[in-house]
Amino acid sequence: MSFFQKYVDLHYKNFLEALQRIKQQPVGNLMTIVVIGIALALPTGLRVMVNNLSMISESWNSATDFTVYLEMSIDEKSANDLARDIEQRSGVGDVVLITREEALADFQEYSGFGEALDTLGENPLPHALIISPADGANSNISELAKTLNAMEETNLVQFDTAWIDRLRSILELTLRVVDIVTVLFGFGVVVVIGNTIRLEINNRQDEIEVTKLVGGSNGYVRRPFLYSGLWFGFAGALIAILIIWGILGLLSSPARSVAQLYESGFRLIGPNFKETLALIGMGTFLGWAGAAVATIRHLRDADPE
Amino acid sequence: MIRFENVGKRYASGREALSGASFHIEKGDMAFITGHSGAGKSTLLKLIALIERPTRGTVLVNNQNTSRISRRKIPYFRRQIGIVFQDHKLLSDRSVFDNVALPLLIGALKSREVSRRVRAALDQVGLLKFENNSPLTLSTGEQQRVGIARAIVSRPELVIADEPTGNLDPELSLEIMKLFERFNQVGVTLLIATHDVELIDKLQCRRLQLESGRIVESSQSSSHGDSM
Ligand SMILES: Nc1ncnc2c1ncn2[C@@H]1O[C@H](COP(=O)(O)OP(=O)(O)O)[C@@H](O)[C@H]1O
Ligand SMILES: [Mg+2]
Repeated sequence: MSFFQKYVDLHYKNFLEALQRIKQQPVGNLMTIVVIGIALALPTGLRVMVNNLSMISESWNSATDFTVYLEMSIDEKSANDLARDIEQRSGVGDVVLITREEALADFQEYSGFGEALDTLGENPLPHALIISPADGANSNISELAKTLNAMEETNLVQFDTAWIDRLRSILELTLRVVDIVTVLFGFGVVVVIGNTIRLEINNRQDEIEVTKLVGGSNGYVRRPFLYSGLWFGFAGALIAILIIWGILGLLSSPARSVAQLYESGFRLIGPNFKETLALIGMGTFLGWAGAAVATIRHLRDADPE
Repeated sequence: MIRFENVGKRYASGREALSGASFHIEKGDMAFITGHSGAGKSTLLKLIALIERPTRGTVLVNNQNTSRISRRKIPYFRRQIGIVFQDHKLLSDRSVFDNVALPLLIGALKSREVSRRVRAALDQVGLLKFENNSPLTLSTGEQQRVGIARAIVSRPELVIADEPTGNLDPELSLEIMKLFERFNQVGVTLLIATHDVELIDKLQCRRLQLESGRIVESSQSSSHGDSM
């Protein structure tokens, strides 16, 4: 047998033994694994949520209503004619006229400035058209907006996208927060696993001592603990995936009703294959890292000096 | 095989366990370290296995100056030495077989070769029939013999034993010593610490006596220990 094969065998054995050892204390270890799972699920779940919201906001972008404010000199009849005219253009779905009177009434009702406006005497608002693009007419909307803006009768073309932009920047910010949460919880996983491994080292002090006395190197003594950590991280990641899909399952039917309400084909999207692999890899790595920290700190004792 | 040159060991507590011990043990020898409890017998053996480091003087083992062996190299150094402990240091959650196999598992041996050697070692101490038992089911004398099997399983040239008969009655003690003599006859160098002078008077072996941290007597016990 080659040295390399022997080495691989040894690792494989440690790998299985570590699993065996975890199974020996199912309750305590399962609790640890669930804690790790929750700690991994939280940042991942937040990321999934933000991804879904980004997707919604993107789908909204394509077909947005916009408002055209007309010149003050335009009277209601011309405004109406203009509305009918615009309605005939390609890419336009609906055009609704909001007369200056209606606008003022709305404003008085919702702004809370009702009485202040009364003192103005004259209505400062122009007629406005709310234009909804036709379905599937995404590309020529900005074209249309430009044309409308160039017309003599119009004063200002305003996209109602400010709130989408705002949502976007909030999502952007949320992603940053998720990054921070990811780092914090990753650190938490390292600490939890490190502590678990520390306890295991304490429990197996005799075995460690004897192994060192018969010539087991530090690497040899450490290896089973590293594999324990690896298993904890791996199992925790699996639990995290279960938690995330469980929550998505619970949310999918309310999400569908919301989507129906808005006549959108939106559907909740879970982590894809690559993201799932990344989560498992991350959990496994963090488990290994936690065990490495614990063994480095606690395995030196059996040596002289 | 073992050479101490003016070796001193002062523990961090300030207690000086050895102060200028010198002796030499040839390859193939079997020798006893005697001395009252607290004389420094265990300390001396610990210096040989690098469980402790001397605070002065030189310890040579198998022509290696132990002060030159770095922490990282200690495990490989220890693989040349079989150690028998007074308290056996057996792992109670493993079978007798697995306990004895421990020194072989850290090396690169095929599992078939491991089984063969473990069985041979257990056979030599007369415990082959207990290979699947837990050490807890064995008597103290049997446990001590499992510890001895573990010390010799990797066929070291040097075996050190710290009070291997400490808890045994005279009959069992003599049996254990006879076992060591058999190892010695096949060329193993042995250094055994004991305070049981009566026991070693029955054996034809060299005796090193520790007194106030030095080796004060170095004689053949063939003369029943009453002459220098
Ligand atoms: N780790 C230690 N720290 C401090 N003092 C120690 C330590 N080990 C042994 N001693 C002291 O060194 C002396 C020699 O101890 P030891 O070598 O165990 O003697 P023996 O084995 O002959 O009974 C004793 O006084 C003991 O208290
Ligand atoms: Mg002692």
